[in-house]
Amino acid sequence: MSNQYSNRANIVKAIFCSVALIFIVRLAALQLFDRKYPDLARKQALRYVTQYPARGLVYDRNGLLLVYNEAVYDLMVIPRLIKDFDTAAFCRCLRIEREEFDSRLRQARKYSPYSPSPFMKQLSKEEFGSWQNQLYKFKGFYVQKRTLRVYDRPIAAHVLGYIGEVDDRDISNDPYYRQGDYIGKSGLEKWYEPILRGRKGCNVMHVDVHNREIGPYLNGKLDSLPVEGLNLYTTLDAGLQQYAESLMANKRGCIVAIQPATGEILTLASAPAYDPNLLVGRLRRDNYPRLSSDVNKPLFNRALQAKYPPGSIFKVAQAVTALQMGVITPQTGFACDKSLVGCHNHPSARSVQEAIKMSCNPYFYHVYKRMIQQGRYKSSARDSQYGLTQWHHYMLRLGFGQRLGIDLPGVKAGNIPDTAYYNRWYGRDGWAFSTIYSNSIGQGEVEVVPIQMANLACIVANRGYYCTPHLLRYYGPDSLQRPEFLEHHETGIDRRWFELAARGMYDVVHGAGGTAHKADVPGIDVCGKTGTAQNLGDDHSVFIAFAPLDKPVIAVAVYVENARGGGGSWAAPIAGLLIEKYINGEVKRKDFERTYREASPCQKLPLRKKR
Amino acid sequence: MLPPPRKYDFTLIALYIGLVLFGWVNIYAATFSEEHRQVFDFSCQHGKQLLWIGLSAIAAVAVLKIDPKIFSTTAYLIYAIALALLVVTLFIATVTKGATSWINLGAFKLQPSEFAKCATALAVARFMREIDINLNRPRTWITVGAIIAIPAALILLQHDTGSALVFASFLLPLFREGLTPYILIFGLVAVILFVLALLLNKYLLIGIIALGCLVYLFLWLGRRRARKNYMGTLLVFVACSLFTLSVDFAFNHLLEPHQKQRIEVLLGKTDDLKGAGYNVHQSKIALGSGGVLGKGFLRGTITKANFVPEQETDFIFCTVGEEWGFVGCTAMIAAYLALLLHIVTIAERQHSNFSRIYGYSVASILFFHLFVNIGMVIGLLPVIGIPLPFCSYGGSSLLAFTILLFIFIRQDSARTQGI
Repeated sequence: MSNQYSNRANIVKAIFCSVALIFIVRLAALQLFDRKYPDLARKQALRYVTQYPARGLVYDRNGLLLVYNEAVYDLMVIPRLIKDFDTAAFCRCLRIEREEFDSRLRQARKYSPYSPSPFMKQLSKEEFGSWQNQLYKFKGFYVQKRTLRVYDRPIAAHVLGYIGEVDDRDISNDPYYRQGDYIGKSGLEKWYEPILRGRKGCNVMHVDVHNREIGPYLNGKLDSLPVEGLNLYTTLDAGLQQYAESLMANKRGCIVAIQPATGEILTLASAPAYDPNLLVGRLRRDNYPRLSSDVNKPLFNRALQAKYPPGSIFKVAQAVTALQMGVITPQTGFACDKSLVGCHNHPSARSVQEAIKMSCNPYFYHVYKRMIQQGRYKSSARDSQYGLTQWHHYMLRLGFGQRLGIDLPGVKAGNIPDTAYYNRWYGRDGWAFSTIYSNSIGQGEVEVVPIQMANLACIVANRGYYCTPHLLRYYGPDSLQRPEFLEHHETGIDRRWFELAARGMYDVVHGAGGTAHKADVPGIDVCGKTGTAQNLGDDHSVFIAFAPLDKPVIAVAVYVENARGGGGSWAAPIAGLLIEKYINGEVKRKDFERTYREASPCQKLPLRKKR
Repeated sequence: MLPPPRKYDFTLIALYIGLVLFGWVNIYAATFSEEHRQVFDFSCQHGKQLLWIGLSAIAAVAVLKIDPKIFSTTAYLIYAIALALLVVTLFIATVTKGATSWINLGAFKLQPSEFAKCATALAVARFMREIDINLNRPRTWITVGAIIAIPAALILLQHDTGSALVFASFLLPLFREGLTPYILIFGLVAVILFVLALLLNKYLLIGIIALGCLVYLFLWLGRRRARKNYMGTLLVFVACSLFTLSVDFAFNHLLEPHQKQRIEVLLGKTDDLKGAGYNVHQSKIALGSGGVLGKGFLRGTITKANFVPEQETDFIFCTVGEEWGFVGCTAMIAAYLALLLHIVTIAERQHSNFSRIYGYSVASILFFHLFVNIGMVIGLLPVIGIPLPFCSYGGSSLLAFTILLFIFIRQDSARTQGI
């Protein structure tokens, strides 16, 4: 029966309703508006397990494997899962002492009793294989496979490069990378990183409150499989590379050999070299500082990065440019007037071909003067500006003064001075031919990197064009190529002028009074040009060559630093040996080979005052 | 003549069945593991709970078949038995989770305090059914107070603070029967002062109270103020100030360390997410990550990974939150609210005082459980371990709530017979 207080039913109902309302508002705040909780839930209940793809392999042009992956094993432990444990047997398997076992386990426990942590890192296949079949006895332990790069033969370290753990900059540049990932740090490993690395996969695991895996999250709906990296098939000839490095042992300098018709780099050796295996895994920490502080700079890739004065090999470029500009003819002769610029003793050159053969300095003084001061303007300064601009144009077409588009990081451009360059130094009318004549013989302000010298040899071999020197033939299972490496770069200089230069280079090796008879290989028409580049220390010994004269298959540049005696005495015979090795497959002149392989002509670093 | 009323109230029974089944679904999710997928796996909790649901169904049918007069005539006897059981429990109970509330009966464990609520509700209704009862007479409210306080005290002795606090819910039926509303206001003010005293400087708080009193006297009352207003206000001020000053003492000396910690966590005074604050933090992660529609049945990542301790018992609501989302939570709260409002409506249509008072007691006990349990799970109240009615895992609780509710349904079905 209702009574005087029955209206209080409404108050009671109001209390119930208000509490329900408060709860719903609170739930809305938690579930609809606060986005912090889904993140927290993901962080604690899901584990993202990265699946690493195998990195692509690297082959040489004959299908020889240069770089591959080797499995190493990290022995992992989850301390909480250890039970019924035979410690003595375990220590016997790992060949460790009881004390070491205890200290390693203590460390793992300290990290987490529930989560896996490494017990022993980078066990080799042999170390692990011997007791692999007993692993099941040791509850709580398992192995995690990782891969290291292995270099089958200790060659081409500068080309292949190495991989290492990503640093903060790599991660901020590309969100693909996570802490602990590996990335190409130099060489081909760096340049072709996107091709070699493949794509990581990810397994999303559901873990419980003790960090134990429950199973794949959403039955693996969010998982992705790793995609393996693609293989690189390089242009390198492993045998020739090895031979080049052996010739350059005990020396400082570099060798570049290119197949002229295609621009494919057969050999790219920088000396001193190092064994690429020294920079792998646990070894790198010790070896890297040692190599980087070496006074001979073994990590420095001279073939791409050293800016040298080219010396007399530059005369080949000067000759074809002057002929194209029409300032000389093939029959133009100049007297060897040593008052203009120093020279060695030889008869005066009566033609371009003879001038190249004898490498006459005063001759090319005149040739350069004709290119720079063409007499179009009264003022010699103004005249020189016109001439230099025209000359500069051809030099660039010959691949100098610009970075060649080789597929390796860090290549340098060298220097071909233009009018702006000299204006900066001397003021607008402050210079003329008389200021810059040293360029005529490849000294002065001209700087060339060795890959450009080899490229010049290619251009002459091709009689007028080049393909960008490169290391990638093709990659992946579909043999994909890079179109930029198939393109012909025309120099805009007549074929006949190159024919003339090629004849001159043939005479350098074979003609009476030629400067490089030591480059001669019996049965092969080697063509070359010597250079003796002045610098702070002893002269550099330089040689470019191609062979054979007709239908050339190889172009070479050899640079030996601070080796007394000029281009003909060191660089030329080394180039000859390399050509013989490549074309004949073997070198018959064993004594000759031994002489130059074992010689150590380079002045010791650091350089002292010139003698 | 109006048609005779439908025998049993269909809405209440439907809501009951709905909540029990949905509760079981969430227990299944909370205790799920790949090894125990079977619904009828009696070795694990969801299987056992099925047995208890069956047992509760039998009890419900039995209650509906009993002569409704029995409940009022034997109310005191039932109450006495309940008290006796509580006393016995104190001596023979096995310690479980710090409390001595469970009697071990071999295959299962019984928690007499759950049934004591129902017995007390019967006793209170029986005592207050007299037509001329006046709750503002000291003799009367002291007797009623004793009926409520004795079982509460016995349960407190079992170290089950949560269940003891439930007896405070009888204030609502007393209020409905004429107890002065000041009691409710007094309680509310005490809670507010308690919280503020912990959060603010006490002297600042007393200053605020003084300011409030002055505003009341001079601005609110204005010209109407009289001598007795001054005295009354002064009394209120002194009482509030003394209460405020005693909060620290009460907090530090009357509460147990874990209770203090739970209150500090709630008030944000400590931020111990790995210790005292762990449970609620995990509960909020589970709830909050559910979003609008939830992650779906058996797809709660936090639930499946056992991050929330006590998830199938006191924290069952966060399972709902994670797997069924805001929509599921709101629907569940709506169902509970419908149940409570409907009980009050039905109570008001009872012909007998006994049935009405009992109905209010049922609604209040359920309300208190909901308020404290859900409030705890969503981080609005400190952690107090009492179950969510009909949903939490636990046989005694389900059986006791079933009997509590179905006695009322039985009473209602016979209301025209003047019971």
